[in-house]
Amino acid sequence: MPRRAAAVLAGNSAPAARSGETEAGLPAKWLTDRLGAARQNKLAVAGLAMIIGLTLFSFVGPVFYHANETSTNLLLANQGPSSAHLLGTTPEGRDELGQLMVGGQSTLEVGFAVAILATAFGMGWGAVAGYAGGITDAAMMRVVDAVMAIPFLFFVVLLASMTTPSLLIIVLAITSVSWLSTARLVRGEVLTLRTREYVQASKSNGARHHHVIIRHLVPNVTGVVAVNGTLKMADAILTFAAIAFLGLSVPPPATSWGDLLTTGINNLFDGYWWQLWPPAIAIVLIVLAVNVVGDGLHDAVEQRLQRR
Amino acid sequence: MTGYLVRRLAQSLLVMLIASVIVFILLHSLPGGLVRAQLGLKASEYSVEQLTRAEGLLKPLPVQYGIWLLHLVEGNLGYSYKLNQPVSSLLISYVPRTLLLVGASTLLSIAIALPMGIWQGYRRNRADDHLLSASMLLLYAMPSFLVGVISIVLLSEDLPLLPSTSTAFGSGFGTDVDVLVLPILTLVAGNVAFYSRYMRSAVIDNLLEDYVRTAYAIGCSPRRVLARHVLRNSMGSTMTMFGLTLPYIFSGALIVEELFNFPGLGLLFWNASTQRDYPVLLGVVLIVTAAVVVGSLLADIGYAMLDPRVQYA
Repeated sequence: MPRRAAAVLAGNSAPAARSGETEAGLPAKWLTDRLGAARQNKLAVAGLAMIIGLTLFSFVGPVFYHANETSTNLLLANQGPSSAHLLGTTPEGRDELGQLMVGGQSTLEVGFAVAILATAFGMGWGAVAGYAGGITDAAMMRVVDAVMAIPFLFFVVLLASMTTPSLLIIVLAITSVSWLSTARLVRGEVLTLRTREYVQASKSNGARHHHVIIRHLVPNVTGVVAVNGTLKMADAILTFAAIAFLGLSVPPPATSWGDLLTTGINNLFDGYWWQLWPPAIAIVLIVLAVNVVGDGLHDAVEQRLQRR
Repeated sequence: MTGYLVRRLAQSLLVMLIASVIVFILLHSLPGGLVRAQLGLKASEYSVEQLTRAEGLLKPLPVQYGIWLLHLVEGNLGYSYKLNQPVSSLLISYVPRTLLLVGASTLLSIAIALPMGIWQGYRRNRADDHLLSASMLLLYAMPSFLVGVISIVLLSEDLPLLPSTSTAFGSGFGTDVDVLVLPILTLVAGNVAFYSRYMRSAVIDNLLEDYVRTAYAIGCSPRRVLARHVLRNSMGSTMTMFGLTLPYIFSGALIVEELFNFPGLGLLFWNASTQRDYPVLLGVVLIVTAAVVVGSLLADIGYAMLDPRVQYA
């Protein structure tokens, strides 16, 4: 799980030589460029295909596959795979394959939501701190240090135990620790960017602070932030699984891959392998896929930087 | 160096203080409040009011924080109303076990990850490097409790070598060392996956440096170049990384302790959270945060000692 720390370190040392400035400064163009570069990386393409595949499986799958995904039927409890239940049933007699689809929805939702929210918030926090400098910067970054020093799982459990867990609470709880590394990363980049000529020129032309931040600083940190955000999704999914294992997940009949995996672990010694391995494989696949895509993006960003 | 140390120390204290404020505010914004958590939902208005008064909850929040901080300095962390013990004495018995778990697994993972990263960096893009990288990535993608479960299946069920729970460890040190093996292995698996990856890229960067060519030119063997020069130069960044990953290591300990029933801080915390034993929650969060802050301080000092180029300006 400590992958995030790698990005933190990069943000901390903030090497002046590597900040991916875009000429046009348009995030959309930047992103298509990067995806183009990433396409050369076969592994990253496979990862992307895997993410799309698992998303389709979770969200479109239930349209085609009908079984008792959410209703309890104890007469069908713990059945092995059969033609009626391709992956067997859960202890509640729900269809395991159907549950995997439903659980995939919440798992992917948490992954995407945390990646987006944490990236947006961390980017804003870091950009403002780096741009403001001085005492504002110091105060804002000490808050980041402080929350970061609290081991994140303890923090998330604390938050989750104070309320009744719901998908929204879980997203907010994971986001509340996930934005920190982005904030550090962006601040580091902004510290070097704000001394650049075009930023100085824009300022001397009388641009307002928010204009400088939104038009010049934010577009130029998109590269590193995108890589960081991708990895954030993988971390969020692993954290969600850990929360589920600790029993603080969404209340049934809602479920997640982490919940299904925990059920499988609890019934480990009964030999119900179909309850253990499918959710385990699903989690490993999505985390692997996201990491491979993140690495591909990272290489694409680095390559571009070296070409300059 | 002294100036650097003092400033770094002051910064750590400030971070601790801010963290304590955050946790304090969180606990005091509990739905239902601390009193209801102790007395339950059926308590009478009268007893609720009495306990509220007795706990000093009517005072303004900053004053309450000040009192709490004052008690903290005196070593009084409050009283567990579920375990019926002072939190400080609970911590005294639980902290060493978790420190042992975390310390042993961290040392072991560094001992494995450093040589492995050096080997991979040296053999970059060969088959064995790819194989190791791929298996480390796979390990990294697994939830840590899954790694633990697989280790239980393999080493406790199929081959009944090791116990799958560490409950017995509560009786004291020195007894039943075998109960420690699986929890430590589980933690090590996750850490090695990360550290070796980091070490590998640090070694690859260092192998391109001029000093490596110079060392080869004066006739050093590859073994000597790697062991004497590259190792030391790559260790600095890994040391920093270690400081930064401490919160993750403790988080991992929470999962592992729950999985193996290991009587450490994580299990204490977990039980307190299900029983809404807030003084314990607060105490554990504070002590693990303090451990992280001290650990990263030590990592920074270690880094400064390893690399004489670090400026203390």
